Amino acid sequence: MTSTTEQFADLSATTLLRFATAGSVDDGKSTLVGRLLHDSKSVLTDQLEAVERVSASRGQDTPDLALLTDGLRAEREQGITIDVAYRYFATARRRFILADTPGHVQYTRNMVTGASTADLAVVLVDARNGVIEQTRRHAAVAALLRVPHVVLAVNKMDLVGYEETVFASIAEEFTAYATGLGVPEITAIPISALAGDNVVEPSANMDWYGGPTVLEHLETVPVSHDLTACPARFPVQYVIRPQTAEHPDYRGYAGQIASGVLRVGEAVTVLPSGRTSVIEGIDALGESVDIAWAPQSVTLRLKDDIDISRGDLIAPSSSSPATTQDVVATVCHVADQPLAVGARVLIKHTTRTVKAIVKEIPSRLTLDDLSQHPNPGQLVANDIGRVVVRTAEPLALDSYADSRRTGSFLLIDPADGTTLAAGMVGESFASTAATTVQADEEGWDF
Amino acid sequence: MTATVAHVHEGTDAPYALSHLDALESEAVHIFREVAGEFEKPVILFSGGKDSIVMLHLALKAFAPAPVPFTLLHVDTGHNFPEVLDYRDRAVAKHGLRLHVASVQEYIDAGKLRERPDGVRNPLQTVPLTEAIQQLKFDAVFGGGRRDEEKARAKERVFSLRDEFSQWDPRRQRPELWQLYNGRHAPGEHVRVFPLSNWTELDVWQYIAREKIELPEIYFAHEREVFKRNGMWLTAGEWGGAKGDETTETRLIRYRTVGDMSCTGAVDSDATTLDAVITEIAASRLTERGATRADDKLSEAAMEDRKREGYF
Repeated sequence: MTSTTEQFADLSATTLLRFATAGSVDDGKSTLVGRLLHDSKSVLTDQLEAVERVSASRGQDTPDLALLTDGLRAEREQGITIDVAYRYFATARRRFILADTPGHVQYTRNMVTGASTADLAVVLVDARNGVIEQTRRHAAVAALLRVPHVVLAVNKMDLVGYEETVFASIAEEFTAYATGLGVPEITAIPISALAGDNVVEPSANMDWYGGPTVLEHLETVPVSHDLTACPARFPVQYVIRPQTAEHPDYRGYAGQIASGVLRVGEAVTVLPSGRTSVIEGIDALGESVDIAWAPQSVTLRLKDDIDISRGDLIAPSSSSPATTQDVVATVCHVADQPLAVGARVLIKHTTRTVKAIVKEIPSRLTLDDLSQHPNPGQLVANDIGRVVVRTAEPLALDSYADSRRTGSFLLIDPADGTTLAAGMVGESFASTAATTVQADEEGWDF
Repeated sequence: MTATVAHVHEGTDAPYALSHLDALESEAVHIFREVAGEFEKPVILFSGGKDSIVMLHLALKAFAPAPVPFTLLHVDTGHNFPEVLDYRDRAVAKHGLRLHVASVQEYIDAGKLRERPDGVRNPLQTVPLTEAIQQLKFDAVFGGGRRDEEKARAKERVFSLRDEFSQWDPRRQRPELWQLYNGRHAPGEHVRVFPLSNWTELDVWQYIAREKIELPEIYFAHEREVFKRNGMWLTAGEWGGAKGDETTETRLIRYRTVGDMSCTGAVDSDATTLDAVITEIAASRLTERGATRADDKLSEAAMEDRKREGYF
């Protein structure tokens, strides 16, 4: 496995993987990220020199790779990570966007932020401590956000004598727990971020491990294209009407295909109005095409001149979503001000923002043991809870289980614009939950 | 109908995949259209540098065949490369755009800003920029900043809310989830928008090559009279030139970034074509800013401090 910057000028072999990291304080997450960047030769000379300079001025013998990622004054002063940072690196096989999420206080909202766009999450565990409460929270958030792949990185193997039994029991416990949450794929890797074992280079200290290194797994895990297997959804962002001599009659509906595939000639329904038409043309950023798919940004032209504006959703007439004014969802509360029953909020769903009222908060989830606390009355920062919201206008919603894009929404404070909560439409988040809930009324089903 | 095969990613089993450049392009276009749909008076910061040129190209594609529904704003330090100003004016004319210029020189002439002892004008841009935003009542300001540029920028949101003083507070950023950008703001506040957040320097160059975008010639290797200051090759100009024992020499160089002449360094290079530039950057062991920007070396947190004050 080679991974030098010299090779990534070659465009043809690269896809993009977005992934997020999660770990508790002192699990060595910054060191893992630093090691990943450093050993994949993604750290350039001037960045490394800066790290070496600061490390030396602090009297450290070796460069503190965590300094590569802690960028803000306060982070360096306190040795903690404050907020989600995004990192970019590439190998010959793939390009990566890493959402580096802090495991400190406010872990839930930060990890939700990072995981919302991730195809993969790396959950870090200290081999000496094994699966702890925080690990279960990270797994639950990954499952809640429906991150398709989860990597359990059992770190600090050097401090447990590189013992296979230590790794095996942690991997077994975590896999059982995460599978129960509905995480579809779990890969456990024994590592030492500090020593560099199994991060980029295979470890000489763990002959018993035959699996991939962290980087090798990141390079080869299939990037999820299941978006295109779902029914097509096209939230209208903007109506393009040049009204110029050259294009007097052009009327195009601009947007990014949220899921599925759209074809010229397809019968479509516009929601919430329910009007129907046929796709006459698809303009894909300058070229006319007869097929387009998620997540392409395109412009659709329809056969009929019907009233369509920003916020409308175009979907195939054969599989268009229902519209509703009663939204049942799981939310992660991300603001400092609480969200209470009766609150008047705005809901932003795809390109549509409408007024809404929080009618009920049926339960709040206790992440430690996944138990439900009934009718909490309000949600505060980092709480995850069920909500029922009544909207002023109908929304065309999908279940988050079917589409991260058309099944997600924000709740916004209309007074000051604060983002209050991240919402996921539907009764439950686990892929197996539909059957679980039916079979077991006592089961958690947030 | 044009075949769409070009977009299908070769070497994968998935029938519908996007190359990473197509994915980045699609995301950036989505961001431009969100702003057009939600804001009253957006503006694109346009310096004539490669990132702002790519931004303009993306905006042109996003709204075609209609014109770009944004005006441009250039903060002119008074020490810009003539080739870049020329490019700027040609681009504005070619696309029928409207350009506002906020001039650092005018602020200095009016006594509202004072020249620094070192003659570096980059930090002086913040005041004309923020005052132009207030006076012209822009509510969304596109910048070409990329998160890969600098560690403080790695923490920046795509939609970054600024108060009436244009200040950035990294501790009080809105969480940004999925592709649901929250642009709500109070009167007087505005939102900085970074459509190239997820692009790297190499992505920008590969995209320029793919789209055959014209650039100012100073990005390509040429012979130029330069002198060395603080380890960087600078071009003399109206802003000043070699002093004391600094000597001028003719070298084959090119610019990796374009900014104020007093603090933008050239790199030794024989790359005269886009392909050669891409090969050179892919092999470079220095970051873009580490190689060419003096003002980022002023302190460990120079960028963070300037961003807090309202700089990009």
